Amino acid sequence: MNRTLRLLGVAAFLVAVFVVVPLLISVTGRKDVYYTLTSVALLSIASAGVWLTFYIGRINMGQGAFALMGAYVTAVLVNHYGVAFWWTLPAAGLFCAVASLLIGLPILRLRGVYFAMVSLVLTEVTRLLALALPVTEGAKGITNIPLPGAISLFGLTIVPDFATLENPRIAFYYLAATLMVLCFAGMYRLVHSRIGHICMSLQQNEELASSIGVNIVHLRLIAFAISSFLGGISGATFAAVTQSVYPSSFTVTDSVNFMLNCFLGGLGYVFGPMLGTLTLYFGWNLLFQTGEFQLLIYSSLMIILMLVLPNGLLSLGEGRRKG
Amino acid sequence: MEQVIANGLYLGAQYALIALGLTLIFGLMNVLNFAHGQMYVLGGFITYAIYGQLGLPFPVAVVASGISLAVIGGLMERYLFRTVIRRSHREESTMLLAAATAFFFDAVILLIFGEKQRGVPKIVKGVFNDFGVIMPYDRIVVAVLAALMILGFILFMKYSRTGRAMRALAQDRVAAQLMGIKVDRYTMIGFALGAMLAGVVGGLLVSITGVNSGIGGPISVKAFLMIMIGGAGVVGGAIAGGFILGMMESVGLTVLREYGDVTYLVIFAALMIFLAIRPNGLMGKPWG
Repeated sequence: MNRTLRLLGVAAFLVAVFVVVPLLISVTGRKDVYYTLTSVALLSIASAGVWLTFYIGRINMGQGAFALMGAYVTAVLVNHYGVAFWWTLPAAGLFCAVASLLIGLPILRLRGVYFAMVSLVLTEVTRLLALALPVTEGAKGITNIPLPGAISLFGLTIVPDFATLENPRIAFYYLAATLMVLCFAGMYRLVHSRIGHICMSLQQNEELASSIGVNIVHLRLIAFAISSFLGGISGATFAAVTQSVYPSSFTVTDSVNFMLNCFLGGLGYVFGPMLGTLTLYFGWNLLFQTGEFQLLIYSSLMIILMLVLPNGLLSLGEGRRKG
Repeated sequence: MEQVIANGLYLGAQYALIALGLTLIFGLMNVLNFAHGQMYVLGGFITYAIYGQLGLPFPVAVVASGISLAVIGGLMERYLFRTVIRRSHREESTMLLAAATAFFFDAVILLIFGEKQRGVPKIVKGVFNDFGVIMPYDRIVVAVLAALMILGFILFMKYSRTGRAMRALAQDRVAAQLMGIKVDRYTMIGFALGAMLAGVVGGLLVSITGVNSGIGGPISVKAFLMIMIGGAGVVGGAIAGGFILGMMESVGLTVLREYGDVTYLVIFAALMIFLAIRPNGLMGKPWG
């Protein structure tokens, strides 16, 4: 029963994302929503990475750094070396994963606020590096990144060339949504696997986990690498969507926002980051009409939400189930 | 060279004072107060309004900044942080709250004071020029005041009843409670004191660098750096961290000038290496 319910839920979600939303948009004619939803999907991938580091008990404010790295890897490879976007996407992810292994080896020893602050500094370092390095072309950034080309297998076109499409935004929406679904399916699988349960033990007590034979160094590096991989993928796709990347594309604010998305959705729930990103991003855009009071209302709502639901939006369902 | 050291000391004194407030709040409650820079800005604007616009004496304005921030800090602890800490499963939730209050302050400051850079008339005129050091008198006054306040703060924490209670709290919350310390009250006083320090520094510095609504975030990041260098939650660490960052900035700006704007890149990189070797900063306690 429970299993069928869950399958039905997944099916409903997939139908909603891939069929209902495009239908609704074509009915109402608000094509701009595609861009918003693409952003939400991509940001939620990065947030999912942050969530995974929360899962091993680290407050990660460095995701902006990896998103920026990923964006630059794609931009440089596509623009300077003429590599196809579809190859640069995994390359960006892998680059970030390797970078995170090198960076993570020393800094993952830190805990609590120390890790939080070092990762915050990492975001800033990456921005400053992007400004200083020659390959990233400084403050003017890399612009005019061509749209992704076609993918064909045995002469069969699977993905059309984005540039030939009438509205590439729809294509990007499908791309981002697919990535998001894959990402969260993977996360769900990971968290409910053996490794996921061991990660949970890291969150609670690393020494104890270590004392019963869990290789904690290994495990937290893996988690951090996966997290950064997701950040890189998200950043790379963002670069393709906006066709540009600047040192200010992902800053400390973005890193903090990724973290807030996780908090808002609920740290105890795999799908928390998705819900959190959707709520925060849409909430922010909806409040745009209030003009100068946008930030005031937004932050007040956030404070109130925090007072009422300190364990995230998804804890609402849990409370009802218990009661 | 003398100039570089003098600049470093001047920067260090003000930085140390900012870091003290942050580290006090962290030590007492394990809350990383993201809104610290915004409190600084708020203090600056209050002094600007009272001294620059109403024309009241500068000390009155700075004291007013301190008092209003202390009240705001006390209220924040009582009605926001205490509630969230009590209801939340995970300690980190306070970070979201802190970030939200930082946004909130940003919004309030922007609405009330606008986005313009604001300055006030100089408090002392003239420039000190001797021993190869050129430094305006008002900077010297502010640095000395900051140093005196740091000294006062240390003495307060060391010898007063409140200070002793707060140190006990930072060391071991449960033990302190068992010894009959009113935990809630002293946590609130500590938060108010931390906020007050931020407000006072903001008030002092508005007479030199001025203030604008956008600098809150960068100030917070700098304050984080300082307490990381020194070790979070330790008074001595915050002071050391403040002076070290001030010195590094001053030296970096001189030495690395020809390479462009890389001072902070170097500082950040050095910090990451340093923390990899000493994860708890210079004198921080291990943090689990």
